[in-house]
Amino acid sequence: MNTDPVATHADLQLVTLDVNGEQHDVITEPRRTLVDVLRHELRLTGTHVGCEHGICGACTVLVDERPVRACLMFAAQAEGTCIRTVESLSEDGGGELNDLQRAFTEHHALQCGFCTPGFLMLAEGFLAERPEATKEEIREVVASNLCRCTGYQTIVEAIDACATARRGACAQRCESKEH
Amino acid sequence: MKPAPFQYHRARDVDGAARLLAELGDDAKVIAGGQSLVAMMNYRLARPRHLVDIGGLRELDRMHRDAAGGLHIGALTTHHTVETDPAGVLRAGFEVLKKAMTWIGHLPIRTRGTVGGSMTHGDATAEWCLLAVVLDAEFVARGPQGERTIPAGDFFHGYYTTALDPDEILVEIVFPRPAPHAALTEFAERRGDFALVAAAVDLDVAEGEVRGGRVALGGVAAAAVRVPEAEAVLTGGGSFEACASAAAEAVEPPADASGSTHYRKELVRTLVRRACEEAVSR
Repeated sequence: MNTDPVATHADLQLVTLDVNGEQHDVITEPRRTLVDVLRHELRLTGTHVGCEHGICGACTVLVDERPVRACLMFAAQAEGTCIRTVESLSEDGGGELNDLQRAFTEHHALQCGFCTPGFLMLAEGFLAERPEATKEEIREVVASNLCRCTGYQTIVEAIDACATARRGACAQRCESKEH
Repeated sequence: MKPAPFQYHRARDVDGAARLLAELGDDAKVIAGGQSLVAMMNYRLARPRHLVDIGGLRELDRMHRDAAGGLHIGALTTHHTVETDPAGVLRAGFEVLKKAMTWIGHLPIRTRGTVGGSMTHGDATAEWCLLAVVLDAEFVARGPQGERTIPAGDFFHGYYTTALDPDEILVEIVFPRPAPHAALTEFAERRGDFALVAAAVDLDVAEGEVRGGRVALGGVAAAAVRVPEAEAVLTGGGSFEACASAAAEAVEPPADASGSTHYRKELVRTLVRRACEEAVSR
């Protein structure tokens, strides 16, 4: 029998989350971190959990378009924000991979794949804020997440290639508008 | 690991949060960005029975300059907001803060972590605590008894301990005067790690000459400290080298697996010199 008064059902709480553009009502304990609610309650298992203390970055998701550690945030704190997980990257959630994901494939930026969702969301958030990021800046930003397979070089190349391609596409659009 | 159970309370305003803290007593903790607290709770190093979430109090997320040029930073301003300075309030005197942010953790930590959270956590190596000490910041705290202002020199009491009462909330940090010739630098084993030693200086420069300044160190004692011995060298017109040596002589940093006392003193010498050189070149 659970005698801990704090763990009884009276302390369950309703948390409403906006994840990948959909509203979800979750009844859970306040101690649930965002990453645990995403994985266990919402079954969005693309986001991985590694260290659970903010060191490895495997659980990185976007909160209001900014990369955050989903293990260092309680789900209740995320109410009223827009959350995006790795599932939001591909077209129609599970169809075509997006350009960033394809760049990771093309540049061999993953091996075992455990850290990959975290790197993808980190890069997605960072490039949205700094589309003109240099390779040095990318190198510094990816220091935030741990990868034990690739040695990072290919990850930096993938993100840089994606950023370069996006800039190219943007310039082309601007040019075609001028003509 | 997973944190121990707790009750979650969302604050609607500062006064309500302070009243709630007074009511709940020692079992309650304030949470803002949670970048230190949630990690400690996941480790069960902290097991509060109640969390009072002030994260939604947008009125504490702002920065502005006053008529005297001083800078007011709301406690819930994130490191990332300071780093990007979208409104340009750090121009003309507080570029040092913007630059120092890149030493704090990593981007996904800086997007959530707050200035007030870092100050009240009171880590001896934290960049914000060091900046507060070297720039003579003032802390505005509000509790059930009203508002009071605490100077940085009285705010940090030692390892993770500050002058804040359990039912007080830090609402604003004031940096009273611009610091155009200030710099912070540090050494950590890996990018984004806690610093082994951090050094910050704020030089008084007139007509291209250094007339004096403030020198502070993190990671050498239970809290960030000013080093009067090193400051005296600057006032006396001594070289940066002499100032750095005086700083290294003055402190007795604790030894641990990351470095001996001697090693840390050498770090002090190098980092104080670097900080002075960077500050004067601004």
